[in-house]
Amino acid sequence: MTTAAATTEGGALLVLAILLPAAGFLASFALGARAGERIALGSAPIALVIAVAVLAMVWRAGRPIVYAIAGLSPPLGIALRADGVSAVMLVATALIIPAAGLYARAGFATPPSAGESRKAFTFWIMLQAISAALAIIFVSGDLFNLYVALELLTFAAVPLACVEGRTETFAAALRYLLFALFGSIFYLLGAALLYGAFGTLDIALLAERMRPLPAVAAAAALMTAGLLAKTALFPLHLWLPPAHANAPAPASAVLSGLVVKGSFFLTVRLWFDVLPALPAIGFDAILGALGSAAVVFGSVLALRQPRLKLLIAYSTIAQIGYLFLGFPLGSGPHAWTADGWNGGLMQVLAHAFAKAAMFLAAGVLYESLGHDRIAKFSGAARAMPMTILTLGLGGLSLMGLPPSGGFAAKWLLLRASVSSGQWLWALVLLLGGLLAAGYVYRILAPALSGESIALIAPPRRTGEAIALTLAIVAVALGFAPDSFFQLLDIGRPALTTAGPP
Amino acid sequence: MSASTIAGFVGALLVGLGLYALIVNANPLKKLLAFNLIGSGVFLVFGIVARRGAVGAFPFDPVPQAMVITGIVVAFGASALAVALMLRLAEESGRVTLDPEGGDEGAGDV
Repeated sequence: MTTAAATTEGGALLVLAILLPAAGFLASFALGARAGERIALGSAPIALVIAVAVLAMVWRAGRPIVYAIAGLSPPLGIALRADGVSAVMLVATALIIPAAGLYARAGFATPPSAGESRKAFTFWIMLQAISAALAIIFVSGDLFNLYVALELLTFAAVPLACVEGRTETFAAALRYLLFALFGSIFYLLGAALLYGAFGTLDIALLAERMRPLPAVAAAAALMTAGLLAKTALFPLHLWLPPAHANAPAPASAVLSGLVVKGSFFLTVRLWFDVLPALPAIGFDAILGALGSAAVVFGSVLALRQPRLKLLIAYSTIAQIGYLFLGFPLGSGPHAWTADGWNGGLMQVLAHAFAKAAMFLAAGVLYESLGHDRIAKFSGAARAMPMTILTLGLGGLSLMGLPPSGGFAAKWLLLRASVSSGQWLWALVLLLGGLLAAGYVYRILAPALSGESIALIAPPRRTGEAIALTLAIVAVALGFAPDSFFQLLDIGRPALTTAGPP
Repeated sequence: MSASTIAGFVGALLVGLGLYALIVNANPLKKLLAFNLIGSGVFLVFGIVARRGAVGAFPFDPVPQAMVITGIVVAFGASALAVALMLRLAEESGRVTLDPEGGDEGAGDV
């Protein structure tokens, strides 16, 4: 198994995937806001090509691609490793970041006549920093390296949350930062314990050396608790709604769609790649129970929000809950775990696209109406049909109605829970769907009624089109072919231990 | 009791004290100090890991030491960012608190 640490064909692509956005944000820092905008948008197609190339390489090789930095294999060196999930997440990032960037040109562009604003400068740098941090998280094979990436992600996300510079955004960003800092310091403590026990932090080597020591249980608990604080899983979600709802729309889209997935991805890496050899000690049931509580709690609070952006933010808390149902349903060498695993990851993707689309649509609504009070949406569908359609399509995926990515995800999770006999999760899935239908109805019902509405500005067509495109991707994920799920299975540890069914 | 056992207990104590301070103090600056206290505890644990990993001629395992240095730099940067946010918040609102002016659910209990 140690041969897996040597550089494989296409491994250099992983370095490029990290270097491109990292060089981009450093160059933007040196050159200013005007250049930063050009660099961010200009490098986006290249990032997409790299991500697709990584995906193609993983697909062709049928196993993870690896790059040993400086030619040193772990434990001496640090490895970059991309499996099917990493590749898919890289592509999703490379699609959502430029969508947010294109949308943001309305608010953060620097016209030739105007001077450069600090706001624009921050936005374009942080957008690229987020994509660099996410790239490292998706392809890194070393737990300490992942810690640094996680911190980079936080340091890029917090300024984005308060880029508008209003008082309440500073309070929200500060709370976000404090939660994230405590999350990462506990993750680091867990990493110290793991290093002390096994003398390495390379994920593949750790998995080989894993033994059920007391230090491992302590490390797993510390790291998981830290990551949950960053992922905003109930009951550590308090920071999310004010931070995501008060940020400008393109920032909210990236924060809600992608940034929380970074720490979730790391939780998956920890439990499926590092710790699968541990005997089940009930951790996956705890994660599932917290996820279920998040689904119910987040949905009920979403139902009570008077403002659209807050409603969407609380819906994020509920949708994050579904992700954690993938732990009890996707772990262990059972016939049904493939469904649980695929469903959990499909939920990651479907939510990323649907939520980004909805936040961008909410931004268009806010610009045109001057407010986002749901009670005063009457007539909005007539004035801006494209935006309401976007909210409807995104909502379709959140509810889990066919055809949509959300439906595919929830169907797979439901199938896994039924065939594994874990009925409780099935009830949560169905109840969550009903509640989601409730809060989506709350947006659409007033918008579709009424004759006319007073607009303070005509809706921005490009913004509407970008949001709708993302919503269409979320729906199109529902038509993902079987080969897509085969791709997600490349490098899935449960498959290698369970063997053919 | 060996020196590294004592250091281990001190590290655990620092983390515990920091966590306690995080929970009981509402003031963001005190929370930040609590974070730094936990950080010190974690770095101490890294130090012990380095000591116990000594092989051959090395009195210490150099890898955890490299990690501590990275960790200290990251914690320093994080503290600087948090203080900058607090200063900006104080400038805008005249007080530093995590409670926004009403508006969202469950915000008052941090």
